[in-house]
Amino acid sequence: MRPSNLNILMIKIENLAKSFGAKRAVDGISFTVERGEVVGFLGPNGSGKSTTMRMITGYYPPTAGSVRVGGYDVVESPLEAKRLIGYLPENAAAYPDMSVRGFLGFAAELRGLSGAAKRKAVARAVERCFLESVLHQSIDTLSKGYRHRTCLAQALIHEPEVLILDEPTDGLDPNQKHEVRNLIKELGRTKAVVFSTHILEEVDAACTRAIIIDRGRIVAQGTPDELGRPLDEVFRRLTVPDTAVPDTVKQ
Amino acid sequence: MRNVLIIAKRELASYFTSPVAYVFLVIFLLLTGFFTFTAGQFFERGEASLGAFFGWHPWLYLVLVPAAGMRLWAEERRAGTLELLMTMPITPWQAIFGKFLASWVFLGIALALTFPVVVTANVLGTPDNGIIFAGYLGSLFLAGAYLAITCLTSAMTRNQVVAFILSVVACLFLILAGFNPVTDLMVRWASPAFIDTVAAFSVVTHFDGFQKGVIDSRDLAYFLSVIGFSLFATSIVLRNR
Repeated sequence: MRPSNLNILMIKIENLAKSFGAKRAVDGISFTVERGEVVGFLGPNGSGKSTTMRMITGYYPPTAGSVRVGGYDVVESPLEAKRLIGYLPENAAAYPDMSVRGFLGFAAELRGLSGAAKRKAVARAVERCFLESVLHQSIDTLSKGYRHRTCLAQALIHEPEVLILDEPTDGLDPNQKHEVRNLIKELGRTKAVVFSTHILEEVDAACTRAIIIDRGRIVAQGTPDELGRPLDEVFRRLTVPDTAVPDTVKQ
Repeated sequence: MRNVLIIAKRELASYFTSPVAYVFLVIFLLLTGFFTFTAGQFFERGEASLGAFFGWHPWLYLVLVPAAGMRLWAEERRAGTLELLMTMPITPWQAIFGKFLASWVFLGIALALTFPVVVTANVLGTPDNGIIFAGYLGSLFLAGAYLAITCLTSAMTRNQVVAFILSVVACLFLILAGFNPVTDLMVRWASPAFIDTVAAFSVVTHFDGFQKGVIDSRDLAYFLSVIGFSLFATSIVLRNR
């Protein structure tokens, strides 16, 4: 049996740090996420949210510290850790020349599904993310909202136990935002979810806990009520506006 | 291996869902036809062989193979799908080899579509089809070597044009090291042993044997090591993203 089934602690991050040259993008972050939690990751642009998520998903190797997902160290056992994770990258990247169905099928195959199990997984993800009407459309012809949901469907395709969502509501219209928030809330009952945002209402709407990060450090965490009200004032008090990392450094 | 095939299948399909495949195949076949029959004087030679056909391949591939392979990793970087691919439960090797394999198969398809040249030679005379087979095998390995170099340059940048130019330059060096006009120039100041050593790095030197119908394990080893080294370097470049 996988250790994750014995343990409700799904993500354990200890003293995680990442440097790009002289720039310290993430500077000694530690936190844990349990199954059944939805953690909102808040912070100004360039505060290290995406970099942290990229280290959790194994895209960036950490400069220091460790990430364990479901008991597996992301650096030492990358395949085992990655199997447990569903990831929506920033800007919802997807292969533009593929159809929605082709893309989801490809993701399902890489997740080890084939035949009837693959068809079932694709159908379920399509239903959950309302993609029925664009199933045969190629991704480069989709509107931003649909492309986002296609990439979200990809993250959900293998029923992962850990979901890492980088700005899942970015670029969606108010109705779509509402749907995605509800979906996150629902998924959070059985999974460990971390999502980043800079929209503060989303914290109230979907999170069980929020972590505020600024210049690579955690400056506050707790339930929305514990952080104090109004949230946007708390956020402004805790973070410094001028922390944007230039794009070249981020990449 | 399953993951390699999944990646390769997607990559190969993406050639044919875009105009790239068709443009490439038409241009490739037009150019091979032109070089073989017009520039190579296939008929005037009066011999039933494909020397006029294969002799041009190192130069033809110099432009066409980088064109077919430049998007392999550059496009993944530009579209951001590299992040998606690298966070899937696959090893970087499976992704690198799968993508290389897809492009190599594509180039193999292009090469296979030149079969009318073989038919022509067989209708007009009685060529040694063993030599022709060796020529095709060598040509496929030649394309594979160029392609692996293109994989490497493509992994270095998100810009396909940069990837294209870098790989053309790298492949050109591999031609010139053993190209007669160049080695003749070196005779004036370099020892024969030195010239032979430099020429041993050239694709031309190792492609020659195949054209003569000789499948030498040393030539095979050369092409396989160029491919292996370039793909290994690709994995290092991708790791340091």
